[in-house]
Amino acid sequence: MRLYAKITILNFDHRKHTSDVVNWNLYNLDAASPFRAAMQLILGLDPQFLQIVGLSLSVTLTAVLIAAVIGLPLGALLALARFPGRSAIIVLINALMGLPPVVAGLVIFLLLSRSGPLGALGWLFTPKAMIVAQSILVLPIVIALTRQIIEDLWAEYCEHLTSLGQTGVRAIPTLLWDARFSLATVLLAGFGRASAEVGAVLIVGGNIAGYTRVMTTSIALETSTGDLALALGLGITLLALTLAINAIAFGASRIGARLAGAS
Amino acid sequence: MNAQFTRRLFIAAALTVCTAAQAQTAQGTRFIVASSTTSTQDSGLFGHILPLFKANTGIDVRVVSQGTGQALDTGRRGDADVVFVHARSQEVTFVAQGFGVERKPVMYNDFVLIGPKSDPAGVKGSKDITNALQTIQQKQSAFVSRGDRSGTHAAELSLWKTASVDLEKSKGSWYREIGQGMGAALNTAGAMNAYVLADRGTWLSFKNRGELDIAVEGDQRLFNQYGVILVNPAKHAHVKKADGQAFIDWLTGPEGQKAIADYKIGGQQLFFPNATQPGA
Repeated sequence: MRLYAKITILNFDHRKHTSDVVNWNLYNLDAASPFRAAMQLILGLDPQFLQIVGLSLSVTLTAVLIAAVIGLPLGALLALARFPGRSAIIVLINALMGLPPVVAGLVIFLLLSRSGPLGALGWLFTPKAMIVAQSILVLPIVIALTRQIIEDLWAEYCEHLTSLGQTGVRAIPTLLWDARFSLATVLLAGFGRASAEVGAVLIVGGNIAGYTRVMTTSIALETSTGDLALALGLGITLLALTLAINAIAFGASRIGARLAGAS
Repeated sequence: MNAQFTRRLFIAAALTVCTAAQAQTAQGTRFIVASSTTSTQDSGLFGHILPLFKANTGIDVRVVSQGTGQALDTGRRGDADVVFVHARSQEVTFVAQGFGVERKPVMYNDFVLIGPKSDPAGVKGSKDITNALQTIQQKQSAFVSRGDRSGTHAAELSLWKTASVDLEKSKGSWYREIGQGMGAALNTAGAMNAYVLADRGTWLSFKNRGELDIAVEGDQRLFNQYGVILVNPAKHAHVKKADGQAFIDWLTGPEGQKAIADYKIGGQQLFFPNATQPGA
């Protein structure tokens, strides 16, 4: 029971309250109620709940897809290309892996606001804005890790690929293909970053019921209405989903590796 | 061959994701965006009245819940068509600055001072909010403030002023500004045996009460009026004037007023419609 009370407290501002004695027993939560709530959510197939799960998945997967399409080639290019300022860019992109979601959200909010430079698009408080925000959070992870993986691979196979006439940019597709299993893990890391964040989607999506409400923003909302069992139930469901997606990815890469070995 | 297979799989996955995203954005073509307060959302009022409005007009109302100050800023930037908040002087300024067309009263409820059942300051049962606040300050009992420029925060600050407590001078570890919504403030107060000013609607629908209870209620000065404003299309040309006005007309008309009065939790009415009351 203590554990659950503690999780709720994480929402509060610690800097201001570290010395306070927290009255744990005030939370009328027993250990089973969040799991019961999670089971009810999953088994009940409530359309509203399914819509929230569907939106969470489609926003996050689209963001990861966009980040992959842009980030994989860019990362590989950064691994192979040599130009002045390259080190600085690498450091910058590595640092951006730590970009706070709430800052990314705020910047995109200001850009997409009707009073901002991209206001005419009308994207603020829509799923599109959420996809943009999450893509920007995932992109540095994809670029930075791809750069490292491809650079290592290039160091190993440089001579071999050069002898096959695959030099510079022409080697990128081959390198990306050879590194596909490592890169799948990179994309999973990006997926994890996007599906777990709440700061950016809350600001740019607005947590509008039935339209931009996703799992993490629902959890924040249910915590604020005091329905801690439901909030934790949603949290358990989100974790289960993440686990399922990782399991599928792991299985797919196993099968892929076996097929690759067989051919 | 394997490469081709994997690539096809990848493309299929990509298409699925894209169509899913498309389906998300295609639904509900006729809509307005309303920026409103956490109290109207956390109390469940919108969940009750918006489906009725949609059934009536076919217009989807997308509600972004923020503190009153932030909700008005959202309107100022043109990111909402309608603003529905509860801080009269700020609403009047908003209209006077030309950001809003007209402010219309909608409904009221009242604020209540919530505190631990153990009542460390000994103010429970009082009907005098200023007296209660003075006692809390003198006894240095823990008090949670929203601290987020919301309507409730504004009301709290003006009550301290009425009680002639100078917060800037007497602020200490007993006065805790959390910068969060009503529900989070109640959660915090519950965890720390603190007093907190809440709107009755959020309090009635709040599920994690624990040892919290109403300490002070029924003071005239705890009155909480809500108003609705159409964001001025002259400032922001994209504002959906007709649909936004339709929402305001419905809200302040007989059907909307009845829907508001009908919203009850545990038999208790949360908001009291008063659109026709002059000067509200």
